Amino acid sequence: MEIKKTSLNKLHQDSQAKFVEFAGYEMPIQYSKGVIEEHKFTRSHAGIFDVSHMGQLFIYGNENLTSDLEKIFPLDLKNLQQNCSKYSFLMNEEAGIYDDLIITKLEDGYLIILNAACKEKDFEILSNILSKKYKMELSNDRALVAIQGPKAVEILNETINGVQNLTFMTGDWFDYNGQKLFVTRSGYTGEDGFEVSILNDLAEEFTKSLIKKGAELIGLGARDTLRLEAGLCLYGHELDLNKTPVEANLKWAISKERLSNGGFVGSDKIINQIKEGAKQIRVGIKPKGRLIAREKTKIFNETELPIGEITSGTFGPSINGPIAMGYVDKEFSKIDTKILLEVRGKKHPANICKLPFYKKSYVKGVN
Amino acid sequence: MSEVKFSKEHEWIILEGDVATIGITQHATEMLGDIVFAELPEKGSNVEKDGTAGVVESTKAASDVYTPVSGEVVDINQSIVDDPAKINEDPEGTAWFFKLKMKDISELDSLMNKEEYDKFAKESSN
Repeated sequence: MEIKKTSLNKLHQDSQAKFVEFAGYEMPIQYSKGVIEEHKFTRSHAGIFDVSHMGQLFIYGNENLTSDLEKIFPLDLKNLQQNCSKYSFLMNEEAGIYDDLIITKLEDGYLIILNAACKEKDFEILSNILSKKYKMELSNDRALVAIQGPKAVEILNETINGVQNLTFMTGDWFDYNGQKLFVTRSGYTGEDGFEVSILNDLAEEFTKSLIKKGAELIGLGARDTLRLEAGLCLYGHELDLNKTPVEANLKWAISKERLSNGGFVGSDKIINQIKEGAKQIRVGIKPKGRLIAREKTKIFNETELPIGEITSGTFGPSINGPIAMGYVDKEFSKIDTKILLEVRGKKHPANICKLPFYKKSYVKGVN
Repeated sequence: MSEVKFSKEHEWIILEGDVATIGITQHATEMLGDIVFAELPEKGSNVEKDGTAGVVESTKAASDVYTPVSGEVVDINQSIVDDPAKINEDPEGTAWFFKLKMKDISELDSLMNKEEYDKFAKESSN
């Protein structure tokens, strides 16, 4: 199959990107400055991320759509205000996760941002459950550009006046060169920032205008170190069909209102796991010294019995040390529990630690 | 001091007397990206030509470091273990990895010179 390219591909090339294939797309892993500089620049200034490979699914409908989506997502969508977003999951009956996503209520329906590798399958699953009652559009004509970091609000507001009034996890339509953009104050770096849904034809010029104001392009390499420092899950690593939101320690994303009556796909399992407790749970892990424990590293307790596995591990540039997340048996999930990590045949000391590794700086509203 | 030689695994080696200093090439560091972890062989241990003699890790992945010749490890560069970023800064100079007392100096003969290596590196990255 031919590799897909986003509408910013030429700009990446012109900016000396190193490319990798990611979910069928040719995406920049880093630019000439490298992962660490790009990471630090995002935390101190403003980084631009091409996330156009992600799915932008528009579903159009009224109250009936809201009721139908409540049978799928563990959210109180009836009471969700227009233009407000929620983090959620698409699950199977066993509460295994098909995808994690952000859903935003629009005037005439919903916008759901899906992972690139899952979007086609998600579309199929959702169309089947909704039995083609609503118009669904997995957009091909829109790019998605994120701008993240302490300078993001100032830079983006110069280009799109008014975005500064959005608060974390809210969005709105804005005018840009006679076209409508949908902007949400959100992101996946632990920084304040925005995601801008924009027509492909305008994406390059728009991105260049942000670069002119001092923002810089950042690759997927730094996106990964940023999200890991922020303690955020990555689908295919922390989350998959064999994990539930309770095991992933994402109970906070399930609306309390929905836990009493259930009625969404996977609700029986979720309600039961919340009552009984999950066998394994996602934790933060800090290896001692400089040792990096990668995905699939085996975790042992102090008496060298296996208790779990690492799902993501790297060097955290803002922490200036190694960081990881993984799943361990519940009884070993307490903060400061001493564990061992088997790397290259040797067991190395590490501690269970609090998430996130790096303090988030979101601009929270009242919702 | 002998001429600098290079291996297909992107190590450089230079001989002084019977002690060889070994590190990874500029080209290798460019392929790896920011190096954030380095592990070196133990002083006093013996390593075999083309065997693993350390590890470097970037933010993305771990890579083995091989030794292009056999010998006894007589010194290691602890400063790159303490601050792996030095490897990106000066890979073919102050950020050497380890020194070996060579067993068989003729092992150098099969390695590439600068010109051959530059050509090899260019071709292998295309």
